[in-house]
Amino acid sequence: MVTSSASASASSTSAAPILMVWDGDEKPHVLAVDDSFVDRRIIEKLLTNSSCKVTTAENAHGALELLGLADGQQNFGNTVSKVNLIITDYSMPGMTGYELLKKIKESPTGKEIPVVVVSSEHIPTRIEKCLEEGAKEFLLKPLRQSDVNQLRCHLMKLGNPSDEGMVCMGR
Amino acid sequence: MDAVTQWQKQWFDYTQSLRREGFLDDQFAQLKKLQDESSPDFVVEVVSLFFQDSEKLLNNMGRALEQNVVNFKQVDAYVHQFKGSSAWIGALRLKNVCINFRNSCEAQNLEGCLRCLQQVQQESSALKSKLEYLFRLEQQIVAAGGSIPIME
Repeated sequence: MVTSSASASASSTSAAPILMVWDGDEKPHVLAVDDSFVDRRIIEKLLTNSSCKVTTAENAHGALELLGLADGQQNFGNTVSKVNLIITDYSMPGMTGYELLKKIKESPTGKEIPVVVVSSEHIPTRIEKCLEEGAKEFLLKPLRQSDVNQLRCHLMKLGNPSDEGMVCMGR
Repeated sequence: MDAVTQWQKQWFDYTQSLRREGFLDDQFAQLKKLQDESSPDFVVEVVSLFFQDSEKLLNNMGRALEQNVVNFKQVDAYVHQFKGSSAWIGALRLKNVCINFRNSCEAQNLEGCLRCLQQVQQESSALKSKLEYLFRLEQQIVAAGGSIPIME
Protein backbone atom coordinates (compact mmCIF):
# COMPACT_ATOMS: atom_id res chain seq x y z
CA MET A 1 0.00 0.00 0.00
CA VAL A 2 1.55 3.27 -1.07
CA THR A 3 0.57 6.43 0.72
CA SER A 4 -0.20 9.26 -1.59
CA SER A 5 0.55 12.78 -0.62
CA ALA A 6 -1.42 15.96 -0.79
CA SER A 7 1.68 17.84 -1.85
CA ALA A 8 1.91 19.22 -5.34
CA SER A 9 4.95 17.17 -6.26
CA ALA A 10 3.24 13.85 -5.55
CA SER A 11 3.37 11.23 -8.22
CA SER A 12 0.44 8.92 -7.83
CA THR A 13 2.05 6.14 -9.79
CA SER A 14 5.13 5.89 -7.62
CA ALA A 15 6.14 2.28 -7.19
CA ALA A 16 8.48 3.14 -4.34
CA PRO A 17 8.14 0.84 -1.32
CA ILE A 18 6.39 2.43 1.62
CA LEU A 19 9.48 2.39 3.78
CA MET A 20 11.22 5.46 2.46
CA VAL A 21 8.37 7.55 1.10
CA TRP A 22 8.15 10.93 2.75
CA ASP A 23 5.24 13.06 1.77
CA GLY A 24 6.76 16.25 3.07
CA ASP A 25 3.85 17.03 5.35
CA GLU A 26 4.71 14.68 8.16
CA LYS A 27 7.87 14.75 10.19
CA PRO A 28 10.56 12.54 8.66
CA HIS A 29 11.18 9.41 10.65
CA VAL A 30 14.80 8.68 11.44
CA LEU A 31 16.20 5.49 12.91
CA ALA A 32 19.33 6.22 14.97
CA VAL A 33 21.58 3.30 15.85
CA ASP A 34 24.35 3.61 18.45
CA ASP A 35 25.56 1.44 21.29
CA SER A 36 26.33 4.39 23.58
CA PHE A 37 23.65 5.87 25.80
CA VAL A 38 25.15 9.33 25.65
CA ASP A 39 25.46 9.33 21.87
CA ARG A 40 21.91 8.08 21.40
CA ARG A 41 20.48 10.76 23.65
CA ILE A 42 22.33 13.58 21.95
CA ILE A 43 21.72 12.36 18.41
CA GLU A 44 18.05 12.00 19.26
CA LYS A 45 17.96 15.60 20.48
CA LEU A 46 19.79 16.88 17.41
CA LEU A 47 17.22 15.12 15.25
CA THR A 48 14.14 16.29 17.15
CA ASN A 49 15.56 19.83 17.04
CA SER A 50 15.60 19.32 13.28
CA SER A 51 11.90 18.37 13.37
CA CYS A 52 12.36 14.67 12.86
CA LYS A 53 10.59 11.83 14.57
CA VAL A 54 13.19 9.51 16.07
CA THR A 55 13.40 5.83 16.91
CA THR A 56 16.63 4.59 18.47
CA ALA A 57 18.27 1.18 18.51
CA GLU A 58 21.23 0.21 20.64
CA ASN A 59 22.73 -2.26 18.22
CA ALA A 60 22.60 -3.33 14.60
CA HIS A 61 20.51 -6.41 15.26
CA GLY A 62 17.92 -4.34 17.07
CA ALA A 63 17.85 -1.97 14.14
CA LEU A 64 17.31 -4.80 11.67
CA GLU A 65 14.44 -6.12 13.75
CA LEU A 66 12.81 -2.71 13.83
CA LEU A 67 13.12 -2.61 10.05
CA GLY A 68 11.77 -6.14 9.70
CA LEU A 69 15.04 -7.19 8.07
CA ALA A 70 16.56 -9.49 10.68
CA ASP A 71 17.56 -12.98 9.48
CA GLY A 72 14.79 -15.43 10.10
CA GLN A 73 12.62 -12.76 11.64
CA GLN A 74 9.22 -14.17 12.56
CA ASN A 75 7.81 -11.51 14.84
CA PHE A 76 7.08 -8.26 13.05
CA GLY A 77 5.12 -6.77 15.90
CA ASN A 78 7.78 -4.25 16.81
CA THR A 79 8.66 -3.08 13.35
CA VAL A 80 8.40 0.63 12.68
CA SER A 81 6.79 2.10 9.66
CA LYS A 82 8.14 4.55 7.14
CA VAL A 83 11.78 5.06 8.02
CA ASN A 84 13.05 7.93 5.91
CA LEU A 85 16.68 7.93 7.03
CA ILE A 86 19.00 5.73 9.06
CA ILE A 87 21.92 7.11 11.03
CA THR A 88 24.28 4.53 12.38
CA ASP A 89 27.46 4.57 14.41
CA TYR A 90 30.32 2.72 12.73
CA SER A 91 31.91 1.06 15.76
CA MET A 92 29.44 -1.16 17.51
CA PRO A 93 30.04 -4.50 19.19
CA GLY A 94 28.71 -7.51 17.29
CA MET A 95 27.64 -6.16 13.95
CA THR A 96 29.34 -2.91 12.96
CA GLY A 97 27.61 0.01 11.29
CA TYR A 98 29.31 -0.97 8.05
CA GLU A 99 27.89 -4.49 8.24
CA LEU A 100 24.49 -3.04 9.06
CA LEU A 101 24.77 -0.76 6.04
CA LYS A 102 25.55 -3.75 3.83
CA LYS A 103 22.62 -5.75 5.14
CA ILE A 104 20.26 -2.85 4.55
CA LYS A 105 21.54 -2.27 1.03
CA GLU A 106 21.23 -5.97 0.23
CA SER A 107 17.57 -6.08 1.11
CA PRO A 108 14.95 -5.29 -1.52
CA THR A 109 12.85 -3.24 0.88
CA GLY A 110 15.71 -1.64 2.75
CA LYS A 111 18.04 -0.65 -0.04
CA GLU A 112 16.26 2.58 -0.91
CA ILE A 113 16.50 3.95 2.60
CA PRO A 114 19.28 6.53 2.78
CA VAL A 115 21.92 5.56 5.34
CA VAL A 116 24.39 7.89 7.01
CA VAL A 117 27.35 6.50 8.95
CA VAL A 118 28.91 8.37 11.87
CA SER A 119 32.17 7.72 13.65
CA SER A 120 34.44 9.40 16.16
CA GLU A 121 37.46 8.28 14.14
CA HIS A 122 38.62 9.80 10.88
CA ILE A 123 39.89 6.83 8.90
CA PRO A 124 39.86 7.48 5.13
CA THR A 125 39.69 3.78 4.15
CA ARG A 126 36.75 3.34 6.47
CA ILE A 127 34.99 6.35 4.99
CA GLU A 128 35.65 5.12 1.47
CA LYS A 129 34.28 1.68 2.01
CA CYS A 130 31.10 3.01 3.59
CA LEU A 131 30.50 5.41 0.74
CA GLU A 132 31.22 2.63 -1.75
CA GLU A 133 28.70 0.43 -0.05
CA GLY A 134 26.09 3.14 -0.54
CA ALA A 135 26.19 5.34 2.53
CA LYS A 136 25.00 8.83 1.67
CA GLU A 137 27.43 10.49 4.00
CA PHE A 138 30.03 9.72 6.59
CA LEU A 139 30.10 12.20 9.45
CA LEU A 140 32.50 12.67 12.32
CA LYS A 141 31.30 12.77 15.90
CA PRO A 142 30.55 14.87 17.83
CA LEU A 143 27.86 16.03 15.41
CA ARG A 144 26.68 19.61 15.30
CA GLN A 145 23.14 20.79 14.76
CA SER A 146 24.15 22.06 11.33
CA ASP A 147 25.41 18.58 10.34
CA VAL A 148 22.07 17.07 11.23
CA ASN A 149 20.01 19.82 9.61
CA GLN A 150 21.84 19.16 6.37
CA LEU A 151 20.86 15.49 6.40
CA ARG A 152 17.33 16.43 5.41
CA CYS A 153 18.57 16.72 1.85
CA HIS A 154 18.99 12.95 1.77
CA LEU A 155 15.38 12.25 2.57
CA MET A 156 13.59 10.83 -0.39
CA LYS A 157 10.42 12.42 -1.60
CA LEU A 158 7.61 10.92 -3.65
CA GLY A 159 8.35 10.79 -7.32
CA ASN A 160 11.75 10.51 -8.89
CA PRO A 161 14.18 9.37 -6.20
CA SER A 162 17.05 11.29 -7.75
CA ASP A 163 15.05 14.48 -7.93
CA GLU A 164 15.94 15.85 -4.54
CA GLY A 165 15.76 19.52 -5.28
CA MET A 166 18.30 20.43 -2.63
CA VAL A 167 22.00 20.73 -2.93
CA CYS A 168 23.74 18.46 -0.48
CA MET A 169 26.83 20.16 0.80
CA GLY A 170 29.25 17.45 1.73
CA ARG A 171 31.57 17.92 4.71
CA MET B 1 25.57 44.18 42.83
CA ASP B 2 22.55 42.07 43.70
CA ALA B 3 22.79 38.34 44.45
CA VAL B 4 21.70 37.19 40.99
CA THR B 5 24.21 39.41 39.22
CA GLN B 6 26.92 38.22 41.57
CA TRP B 7 26.11 34.61 40.89
CA GLN B 8 25.99 35.26 37.17
CA LYS B 9 29.45 36.78 37.37
CA GLN B 10 30.62 33.80 39.40
CA TRP B 11 29.16 31.51 36.75
CA PHE B 12 30.92 33.40 34.03
CA ASP B 13 34.27 33.37 35.84
CA TYR B 14 33.90 29.69 36.67
CA THR B 15 33.12 28.63 33.12
CA GLN B 16 36.05 30.70 31.90
CA SER B 17 38.38 28.95 34.31
CA LEU B 18 37.04 25.54 33.31
CA ARG B 19 37.84 26.41 29.69
CA ARG B 20 41.26 27.81 30.57
CA GLU B 21 42.22 24.76 32.58
CA GLY B 22 41.06 22.51 29.77
CA PHE B 23 38.30 20.78 31.68
CA LEU B 24 35.77 21.78 29.08
CA ASP B 25 36.08 22.81 25.48
CA ASP B 26 33.79 24.42 22.96
CA GLN B 27 31.72 21.26 22.56
CA PHE B 28 30.21 21.85 26.00
CA ALA B 29 28.83 25.16 24.78
CA GLN B 30 27.43 23.33 21.75
CA LEU B 31 25.72 20.88 24.06
CA LYS B 32 24.17 23.73 26.01
CA LYS B 33 22.75 25.15 22.81
CA LEU B 34 20.70 21.98 22.35
CA GLN B 35 18.83 22.63 25.57
CA ASP B 36 15.44 24.27 25.10
CA GLU B 37 11.96 24.56 26.65
CA SER B 38 11.06 21.07 25.49
CA SER B 39 14.05 19.64 27.36
CA PRO B 40 15.10 22.18 29.98
CA ASP B 41 17.32 19.72 31.84
CA PHE B 42 19.00 18.30 28.80
CA VAL B 43 22.58 19.11 29.78
CA VAL B 44 22.23 17.81 33.32
CA GLU B 45 20.57 14.70 31.92
CA VAL B 46 23.34 14.03 29.40
CA VAL B 47 26.07 14.70 31.94
CA SER B 48 24.45 12.25 34.40
CA LEU B 49 24.20 9.66 31.66
CA PHE B 50 27.84 10.26 30.91
CA PHE B 51 28.98 9.70 34.49
CA GLN B 52 26.77 6.63 34.90
CA ASP B 53 28.17 5.21 31.71
CA SER B 54 31.73 6.10 32.61
CA GLU B 55 31.49 4.37 35.97
CA LYS B 56 30.55 1.15 34.19
CA LEU B 57 33.28 1.59 31.60
CA LEU B 58 35.94 2.34 34.22
CA ASN B 59 34.94 -0.77 36.17
CA ASN B 60 35.11 -2.82 33.00
CA MET B 61 38.54 -1.42 32.17
CA GLY B 62 39.79 -2.16 35.68
CA ARG B 63 38.52 -5.72 35.58
CA ALA B 64 39.96 -6.33 32.14
CA LEU B 65 43.36 -5.09 33.26
CA GLU B 66 43.33 -7.43 36.25
CA GLN B 67 43.05 -10.56 34.14
CA ASN B 68 46.00 -12.95 33.95
CA VAL B 69 46.05 -12.55 30.22
CA VAL B 70 44.97 -9.00 29.48
CA ASN B 71 42.82 -8.53 26.41
CA PHE B 72 44.21 -5.16 25.31
CA LYS B 73 41.82 -4.98 22.39
CA GLN B 74 38.89 -5.17 24.75
CA VAL B 75 40.37 -2.50 27.01
CA ASP B 76 40.94 -0.35 23.95
CA ALA B 77 37.32 -0.78 22.94
CA TYR B 78 36.18 0.47 26.34
CA VAL B 79 38.57 3.42 26.17
CA HIS B 80 37.37 4.23 22.66
CA GLN B 81 33.80 4.39 23.87
CA PHE B 82 34.79 6.50 26.86
CA LYS B 83 36.72 8.87 24.65
CA GLY B 84 33.74 9.21 22.34
CA SER B 85 31.37 10.11 25.14
CA SER B 86 33.90 12.53 26.62
CA ALA B 87 34.10 14.28 23.29
CA TRP B 88 30.33 14.79 23.17
CA ILE B 89 30.29 16.67 26.45
CA GLY B 90 33.44 18.63 25.71
CA ALA B 91 35.53 16.94 28.38
CA LEU B 92 38.86 17.88 26.84
CA ARG B 93 41.27 16.66 29.50
CA LEU B 94 39.48 13.33 29.74
CA LYS B 95 39.57 12.97 25.99
CA ASN B 96 43.33 13.60 25.97
CA VAL B 97 44.01 11.05 28.69
CA CYS B 98 42.04 8.56 26.61
CA ILE B 99 44.31 9.18 23.66
CA ASN B 100 47.32 8.22 25.78
CA PHE B 101 45.42 5.28 27.13
CA ARG B 102 44.72 3.98 23.64
CA ASN B 103 48.39 4.30 22.79
CA SER B 104 49.26 2.14 25.80
CA CYS B 105 46.66 -0.39 24.74
CA GLU B 106 48.08 -0.52 21.27
CA ALA B 107 51.58 -1.03 22.65
CA GLN B 108 50.15 -3.66 25.02
CA ASN B 109 51.84 -1.77 27.82
CA LEU B 110 50.14 -2.92 31.02
CA GLU B 111 51.89 -0.46 33.30
CA GLY B 112 51.05 2.40 30.97
CA CYS B 113 47.43 1.27 30.90
CA LEU B 114 47.18 1.10 34.66
CA ARG B 115 48.67 4.57 34.96
CA CYS B 116 46.21 5.90 32.40
CA LEU B 117 43.31 4.24 34.14
CA GLN B 118 44.26 6.00 37.35
CA GLN B 119 44.51 9.30 35.49
CA VAL B 120 41.12 8.78 33.88
CA GLN B 121 39.58 8.04 37.25
CA GLN B 122 41.11 11.17 38.76
CA GLU B 123 40.12 13.43 35.88
CA SER B 124 36.62 11.98 35.85
CA SER B 125 36.21 12.62 39.53
CA ALA B 126 37.51 16.16 39.23
CA LEU B 127 35.25 16.96 36.29
CA LYS B 128 32.24 15.53 38.08
CA SER B 129 32.78 17.82 41.09
CA LYS B 130 33.32 20.84 38.89
CA LEU B 131 30.18 20.22 36.86
CA GLU B 132 28.16 19.56 39.99
CA TYR B 133 29.29 22.93 41.30
CA LEU B 134 28.44 24.61 38.02
CA PHE B 135 24.97 23.09 37.93
CA ARG B 136 24.31 24.09 41.55
CA LEU B 137 25.29 27.64 40.66
CA GLU B 138 22.91 27.56 37.71
CA GLN B 139 20.09 26.26 39.91
CA GLN B 140 20.72 29.12 42.34
CA ILE B 141 20.56 31.70 39.57
CA VAL B 142 17.35 30.27 38.13
CA ALA B 143 15.74 29.88 41.56
CA ALA B 144 16.45 33.54 42.26
CA GLY B 145 14.65 34.46 39.05
CA GLY B 146 17.78 35.13 36.99
CA SER B 147 18.81 33.57 33.72
CA ILE B 148 21.95 31.64 32.93
CA PRO B 149 24.25 33.56 30.61
CA ILE B 150 24.86 32.08 27.17
CA MET B 151 28.08 30.16 26.98
CA GLU B 152 30.10 31.15 23.94
